[in-house]
Amino acid sequence: MGLDIRWPIGGLFSLIGLMMLVFGAVTSSNAELYKRSLGINVNICWGSVLVVFGFAMLGMAWRAAKMPLATAPAADKK
Amino acid sequence: MQQTQLGVIDYVTLALYVVFVIGIGFALKRYLKSSSEFLTAGRSIPAWVTGLAFISANLGALELVGMTASGAKYGIATCHFYWVGAIPAMLFLAVFMMPFYYGSKARSVPEYLKMRFDERTRALNSISFAVMTLFASGISMNALAKLLHQLLGWEYNTSLWICSAIVALYVFKGGLTSAIYTEVLQFFMIVLGFAPVVYLGLKDVGGWDALTKNLSQVAARPESIGLAPGHYASDAWSSAWHPILGGATQNPMGINVFAMIYGLGFVLSFGYWCTNFLVVQRAMAARNMGAARRTPLIAAVPKMLFPALVILPGMIAASLAITAKDGYRLPPKPIDYAILEKAVPIIQKGAEQHSDPAVVAKDIKAAIDADVRPDKIDALLKDPATASAPSAKIRDEIQGAVKDINFDGVILSLVQRYCPPGLLGLALTGLLASFMSGMAGNVTAFNTVWTYDLYQAYMVKNRSDDHYMWMGRFITIVGIGLSIVCAYLVSQWSNAMDIIQLVFGFVNAPLFATFLLGMFWRRTTGTGAFLGLLAGTGTSALFHALTLAEGNVPGMKGGYLSVVKTFPSDMAQNFYLAAFAFTVCFVLTAGISLVTAQNKTDEQLKGLVYSLTPKLKDEGEAWYAKPATLAIILLAACVVLNLIFM
Repeated sequence: MGLDIRWPIGGLFSLIGLMMLVFGAVTSSNAELYKRSLGINVNICWGSVLVVFGFAMLGMAWRAAKMPLATAPAADKK
Repeated sequence: MQQTQLGVIDYVTLALYVVFVIGIGFALKRYLKSSSEFLTAGRSIPAWVTGLAFISANLGALELVGMTASGAKYGIATCHFYWVGAIPAMLFLAVFMMPFYYGSKARSVPEYLKMRFDERTRALNSISFAVMTLFASGISMNALAKLLHQLLGWEYNTSLWICSAIVALYVFKGGLTSAIYTEVLQFFMIVLGFAPVVYLGLKDVGGWDALTKNLSQVAARPESIGLAPGHYASDAWSSAWHPILGGATQNPMGINVFAMIYGLGFVLSFGYWCTNFLVVQRAMAARNMGAARRTPLIAAVPKMLFPALVILPGMIAASLAITAKDGYRLPPKPIDYAILEKAVPIIQKGAEQHSDPAVVAKDIKAAIDADVRPDKIDALLKDPATASAPSAKIRDEIQGAVKDINFDGVILSLVQRYCPPGLLGLALTGLLASFMSGMAGNVTAFNTVWTYDLYQAYMVKNRSDDHYMWMGRFITIVGIGLSIVCAYLVSQWSNAMDIIQLVFGFVNAPLFATFLLGMFWRRTTGTGAFLGLLAGTGTSALFHALTLAEGNVPGMKGGYLSVVKTFPSDMAQNFYLAAFAFTVCFVLTAGISLVTAQNKTDEQLKGLVYSLTPKLKDEGEAWYAKPATLAIILLAACVVLNLIFM
């Protein structure tokens, strides 16, 4: 109703993902920090995944918002 | 457990999550114009959203934490709680029961009971549900506050009140829709937060084959990592069916196939998934019948795959512990600092007087109410540094020597082990999100049942819709308040949790019989349903009072009237209790219905009973989108999963 949940989902994960990406890039030389995650810079890797996911959600929401109301899937029978 | 240092980035992630969930509540406020929109989301939500909310509402953090704990204790057989103990029931709900819940236009599960039977059964169900759901909410909040305290050192009270306030805010503003939307957010938070941890864990262990090899060592001597002593076949932790098929002595759960399939797979599973308003409410909020029926089907997909996210970490933890990789061990039970302080002088005196370590260990056990490892105590006493060590250090050493395992801490120990700052914030926010939505889900279910099934039905009828909307909002705050009370109750009184779980089991077991007979046999009468349900619940209590699991003393665990039968384990006792109560309820409901008059006409029962409801018209969906087809495909997928991990 009213609010397409894909906006907040997309928004939140894009933000968190970007934050992790940047943080990961900034700390990429810090081997000590990533000793825990078996030497992998999870912040860059997973941050990118989150950004892709977030943008995909935002994209879907944007596309749905552009569709004229008549064809939106609101014409359901009970 | 050691406290974790969160980086600034982790706090920002947490803060962002909080801002977004509250923001969703505020954004929705202006769309809520009626009580039905507030309490039942106005039946307008798309299937993918209700589907994910359905699974998310069920995935309270207790589930997350508990499944990992079980994964460590029992291995892959824990998957039965999902593959046998959930999927079939969800499919049944979608294909056979949703048409009645949704088609009857009932606003809640108790309201369906009123339409099908009469006020007595509705009252019984709504009162028991209302009470249980509040306790469930309180249990969630208590677990969250305790976790934040252990992990981050935050004060219990502060965490409890702040988290409750956040939930109160977004539910008060946005109602059920708010809860549903945040549940979807939470779903992604959990999946995206934990997937990397599982990946890292699996990599660390060396892959699935290495995991299986290590688990066979666990099966040979589980007590070596702190599990209950026993000796099992080498695949007891890595094969889902072999240990169960072997009988109660061949698996650490102590159950046999019959108990698992009838008790868990049928009675308990259907009793929860098909009648619990917490989850059914999400399906009832869907925008049309097709969406409502597809909701549990959509939910079944992640449900089938979740073992990889929640059970696998437990198995990984067991594997890490048996190989003691990097000194990992299953986390010990955390003892309060104040209590540990009491044990410090015992160590100091013992070191001074060169006492027998066994005696010292016994004294410590008495002081802190937890078993300690004698070898560690011995080392501590023999260490010359102990005499002059600060009491804080001795305190930590004692905590490190605790033998009792805190299984609920396993998932956290893995998060602490693998997550650097950044990922850490994500994983913790996922955990936090699931606790909070556990509370929100229960509170929204409570709101609706209170406002429509208790308040409007019995107390204040025939007022304007605005009045009921006001009541819906008001009772949200009251509900949260009562949940907080329940949280304190559970935290202060260590037996409270056990009693509550017990009562949940008693009430849940016979429930499905009532619905099954109600929906599929038109001869079921109101009197039959009411007395059958009452008798079934009573039978649960009686069964519990007369049986006991091996190794338990009569009391809270049962057998306090007399021990007529002993079961190999708690789980076995539970499953048989459920099977018994269900059967009694079924037989009595049917029997009493046959000898009492049906007080509803066929016309009144139209849409509520299978034989009196016109078959659902084709909604013009493609063959592959029909609920029945999807259900068959999902069932086949579930069977395949079972075969793969047999």
